[in-house]
Amino acid sequence: MDRIPILRMGPFLLVTIQVDLYDRLALDLEADLVKMVSKTGAQGILIDISAVSIVDSFMGRIIGNIGVMAKLLDAETVVVGMQPAVAITLVELGLPLKGVFTALNVERGMDLLKSKIQLFEQDETDPENDSDDHITE
Amino acid sequence: MGVEITKILKKSQAALLERWMKNQLADMGLREDLMSNEDLRAESEELINALVKSLNEKNLSEPGSSDFDHVIEILGGISISRARQGFSPRETGLSIISLKEALIELLQESVTDPKELVDISLKLHRLMDSFVITTFETFIKGREEVILRQTDEISEISTPVIRVWEGILALPIIGTLDSARTQVVMESLLTEIVESGSSVAILDISGVPTVDSLVAQHLLKTVSATRLMGAECIISGIRPEIAQTIVHLGIDLSEIVTKATLASALLYAFKTLRLEVRKPAVKTSF
Repeated sequence: MDRIPILRMGPFLLVTIQVDLYDRLALDLEADLVKMVSKTGAQGILIDISAVSIVDSFMGRIIGNIGVMAKLLDAETVVVGMQPAVAITLVELGLPLKGVFTALNVERGMDLLKSKIQLFEQDETDPENDSDDHITE
Repeated sequence: MGVEITKILKKSQAALLERWMKNQLADMGLREDLMSNEDLRAESEELINALVKSLNEKNLSEPGSSDFDHVIEILGGISISRARQGFSPRETGLSIISLKEALIELLQESVTDPKELVDISLKLHRLMDSFVITTFETFIKGREEVILRQTDEISEISTPVIRVWEGILALPIIGTLDSARTQVVMESLLTEIVESGSSVAILDISGVPTVDSLVAQHLLKTVSATRLMGAECIISGIRPEIAQTIVHLGIDLSEIVTKATLASALLYAFKTLRLEVRKPAVKTSF
């Protein structure tokens, strides 16, 4: 059975969606991601959807849900690389994905996540050490 | 009798052309500035040739006959070219009607029996009238094509996406923002964002005459789509009247960054990108 791999990179989780999502796959991804966040204590999720060319309202909702669920588990979600057609479709469907951050590409998405984490952890001594803890965990 | 008309026409084809030319030239509406005499003659000759060739006793009373396809084609060509050259519908119509007059005059001279003359004139009238109507139809079609092309051109030229700075795009919107325009604006803006990797887009609406709830909704859609792409969208060029309308209509634009002028929007964009514009220190050369 198909599964979308979730990669761990420091305090972040990386998901690259390389296939067109069908409903089952999207639901699995949602469940996997939430489990993964709670297991690893990740602070940020980066979802790359640059290869996704078709979305429907269900897909849009799943992405929005992931954002809200991650937020409940104290992690920020960034969706990157959305194609213009996909963006227009989502807006026309009335799904502006309020719960998630967006960035143009993976690089900027990473920068955004880092700045968000730093923002929340300004009082902590060194956020880099924090991320190392997670890796050795 | 029917054979007679084709005979008459074939015999006096040259005379018919002369007569028609005379009629057209005598017409007050003839525009020498738009079309030279030689062109007009060539056009008229082509039409008369085709007409004489296709006209016979049988199809004289059936204007819809397929025998006249070639004639109608030529007529269409004439009226479309005149529509493009800027002739008025009256001028175009009159020039075809004057052919009818020339034909009737010719018949008057050749047919002696009054009964026959009336009969044949009536038929000819009907035929020529249908040609005139066809001419008008094509003329209007030609004009409509011109209008459609201009509409397309307007919507294309009025949505340029400008790179004002590294990472900053500006999109001045001029004219009314309807659904079709919004689609074009949104697509070109989003494509340009991907291509240039910009993170700030400025939507300048100083050229939009009125903002109603529909236009506001289109603006909101564009802003949301830009945000989904990972860029920030600023709306600038909001005139006082438009601000009033927006508030009176109860449209909520509080989630969007709005600026009064393009300059202040640009300044905001610089701040977002952590850029700074400064005057260089004055050189003291002495």
